[in-house]
Amino acid sequence: MSDGSLLALTLAQARDGLVRKSFSAREFALAYNDAVEEAKVLNAYITPTPERALEMAKATDARLARGEGLPLDGIPIAVKDLYCTKGVLTTAASHILDGFHPPYESTVTSKLWQAGAVMLGKTNLDEFAMGSSNTTSWYGPVENPWHRQIGSPKGDNRPLVPGGSSGGSATAVAARAALAATGTDTGGSIRQPASFCGIVGMKPTYGRCSRWGVVAYASSLDHPGPMVRTVRDAAIMLRAMAGHDPKDSTSAPVPVPNFEAALTGDIRGLRVGIPKEYRVDGMPAEIETLWRQGAEWLRSAGAEVVDISLPMTKYALPAYYIIAPAEASSNLARYDGVRFGLRVERGTLDEMYEVTRAAGFGAEVRRRVLIGTYVLSAGYYDAYYLKAQRVRTLIMRDFAKAFEQVDCILTPTAPSAAFAIGEKTEDPVAMYLNDVFTVPANLAGLPAISIPAGLSGEGLPLGLQISGRAFDEETVLRVAEVLERAAEFRHVPSFVAGDRG
Amino acid sequence: MIEGRTGPWETVIGLEVHAQVISKAKLFSGAATDFGAEPNTQVSPVDAAFPGMLPVINRFCVEQAVKTGLGLNAKIELESVFERKNYFYPDLPAGYQISQYQQPVVGRGKVALDMPDGTTREIGITRLHLEQDAGKSLHDQHPTLSYVDLNRAGVALMEIVSEPDLRSAEEARIYLRKLRSILRYLGTCDGNMEEGSLRCDCNVSVRRPGHPYGIRCEIKNLNSVRFVMQAIEYEARRQIELLEEGGVIDQQTRLFDSARGITRPMRSKEEAHDYRYFPDPDLLPLVLDPEWVERLRAELPELPDAKKVRFVSTYGLSSDDASVLVAEKETALFFERAAGHDPKAAANWVMGDLFGALNRLGVGIDESPVSAEQLGALIDLIADGTISGRLGKDVFAEMVATGTDPAAIIEAKGLRQVTDEGAIAAAIDTVLAAQAEKVAEYHAGRDKLYGFFVGQVMRATQGKANPALVNQLLKEKLSGK
Repeated sequence: MSDGSLLALTLAQARDGLVRKSFSAREFALAYNDAVEEAKVLNAYITPTPERALEMAKATDARLARGEGLPLDGIPIAVKDLYCTKGVLTTAASHILDGFHPPYESTVTSKLWQAGAVMLGKTNLDEFAMGSSNTTSWYGPVENPWHRQIGSPKGDNRPLVPGGSSGGSATAVAARAALAATGTDTGGSIRQPASFCGIVGMKPTYGRCSRWGVVAYASSLDHPGPMVRTVRDAAIMLRAMAGHDPKDSTSAPVPVPNFEAALTGDIRGLRVGIPKEYRVDGMPAEIETLWRQGAEWLRSAGAEVVDISLPMTKYALPAYYIIAPAEASSNLARYDGVRFGLRVERGTLDEMYEVTRAAGFGAEVRRRVLIGTYVLSAGYYDAYYLKAQRVRTLIMRDFAKAFEQVDCILTPTAPSAAFAIGEKTEDPVAMYLNDVFTVPANLAGLPAISIPAGLSGEGLPLGLQISGRAFDEETVLRVAEVLERAAEFRHVPSFVAGDRG
Repeated sequence: MIEGRTGPWETVIGLEVHAQVISKAKLFSGAATDFGAEPNTQVSPVDAAFPGMLPVINRFCVEQAVKTGLGLNAKIELESVFERKNYFYPDLPAGYQISQYQQPVVGRGKVALDMPDGTTREIGITRLHLEQDAGKSLHDQHPTLSYVDLNRAGVALMEIVSEPDLRSAEEARIYLRKLRSILRYLGTCDGNMEEGSLRCDCNVSVRRPGHPYGIRCEIKNLNSVRFVMQAIEYEARRQIELLEEGGVIDQQTRLFDSARGITRPMRSKEEAHDYRYFPDPDLLPLVLDPEWVERLRAELPELPDAKKVRFVSTYGLSSDDASVLVAEKETALFFERAAGHDPKAAANWVMGDLFGALNRLGVGIDESPVSAEQLGALIDLIADGTISGRLGKDVFAEMVATGTDPAAIIEAKGLRQVTDEGAIAAAIDTVLAAQAEKVAEYHAGRDKLYGFFVGQVMRATQGKANPALVNQLLKEKLSGK
């Protein structure tokens, strides 16, 4: 098989091809190592690990030869550089973690390696996962492999953002420089970049995947999850990532179903909710149209589409931008120059702290640490943090009520397609608005998936989002797969690795 | 009550005691907690707050806290919450301490104090919460650098907060001793102040008797009972002087300078911390099973107050003696093992000769050279007349020196008491014959000489004569019967 056709395989296809020995894990890893190299211009990776990929592929081939293949054997995976990987530089895309090589492996990546997956490298992200454009990385912005069509209204071919914070993972998967990738989603950081890059990204239920060994941004909102090419791939990868972890007190002691088995294609009689509050001002008509189209597809497949109300939706974003920075301000206190990472020496302890953190953290991280410190401080706690927590409870109640009526909820993933690098960086609030449809599921801890459903007028991918009940990823995946079949999204970005003719 | 220049003042004291939980592992990590280990050898990535590390509560530490709460007659909260207390310091790796703030695991309780005048004072417990200890900053290892030892970072502490019910340094001392005693009975804290497993912050204010509470100052981190008392006394006098000069008290945190015996401000208002407490999102609320709590309650050991009541009723001890004997669990245990047929004698021996000997040797009762069984045997040997009480003291001294059984000492030294009336009468005759002059003086009215004759007889029998028989026979002889 040519590199190009190898790289075009989905995870499910590659899994079967490896088992049938149509190609070896080594061939596959070599093709992907080349792809990583070829896609370097997109800056998707901070640290490629080609040697490790080959070592792991060798072990896969040995297992496959013995007929002892594992669920993800030989699948080349990129790891968001927020997951600690033993002995491999882990940066969170921050200067402050310079030279940090964790002496431990995160639970989720351990599970992936135990399932036979092959590590391609560590992908770029917004610094400490704070951002929606992957432009806040110390290692530079990531480029979206998609470009606006020449002659489209904005009429330019400027590099676009991949979304964020898991922008490197999204770009790698879209550009075929990784078959799959891990992401983390605190306010939309898996789903929004998946939407921008035309791939599938899933945030499972809070507690489904362990956070142990994942650098914390906002602990009560951080969700590890898969970023892949298809819904089936998401089901396969999520199964390997999920499971109770006694090292994470917030990990849920519930069994992990065979998610792939849930993809029956049958959604007859399922009730799909359309929340009226998601028709926000300024959302492009084409997104509204696509949303309606999505509802129509599901209705044609036998689902019942129901109008619902989630009245607290408009408070989700403000509540998120209080709770997340509050937790972040505390979570990031450990980066103090004392034990690991960057230290800028100064005469006194306080000066060392100040100069190290000023040098180590970028503007967006500093902004959120400041906001978080402010909302937790004496005299402001009740008005901000406590009130935001109350809003969070009300949002959960909204969803609980909605799920008495419906089995899942269909919305757009993001209010726009990918924008140009530098386009919204001057206005943090405009940037925060990217998360308006994704944040509620984080606040409520519910599973949600984004699938590519169509193209914008400029030829850029647009995603639709299915959210479901807690620990009912199966319904979410089942509906998403039906949507995926109906949408028949076959478009390919302008840059894909292995496309050398 | 302290007499000031302008009248009497009352000192009001509340204590916050930080008691290190007896546990092999830390509160939120599996790392060990041995005292005195090489620096930074008992540190897990969780304790060092490495990226992505998460805390997991140690069930045993929770059990210890609940037991302590039960021992303090306190309300056990079935749901409590861990919060983060945020501040920067190198010995606090995460930049926050995991503690409990609004919802502690133990609520209100009380401790009964035995006062020197025989009365009992009840001191309220406000709360008990679990928290992590910080590491240790070492400022004396290098001329310009500070070193950090994280062995202690993450070790479980119980912070036990009292109501402002204490009224003097002496009451604070009695409270601390009682608290320490309860903790040691429960096996939840070893109470060792030298090793830092019991540390104390004192809140001190003064007021005119009957007036509302004054403004308090908090004196941080006192690591001995003596320092607690000195700090309270100094601080109360400082506040009284200030008030009598027309000044006002600044609510502030102060440090005790043990070298100079004074307290001084620790940080100014501008440097006051805003700890930005909020619930730790890495930990779920701590929910206790009420049945489990009841099981712990049922399994609680007998505590000093109950033991004291039992010692008085079962052994007929005085309340004072019982108080002394129950203060330390080991003493009470020793006493009960030695009590045998004569508990009162056992109490006297333990509180008298044994305490004296242990003091001289500088050892605790658990290292006593004389076992409880040996002391019990000695008491029996005196009671059955094998030796006299006076010789008993000598035998005891020998037991302390050699650890030998009393019977063996008596045998080896031939100390068995003489109860042969003939032999004693003969000895009396010899003494009276040799002291004819004194006998005459005695008959002339110098009654005091009686004791002298007893002494001479005992000397003649190497102390082995049964004192009662000596008395009886001597009286008969002297009265000419």
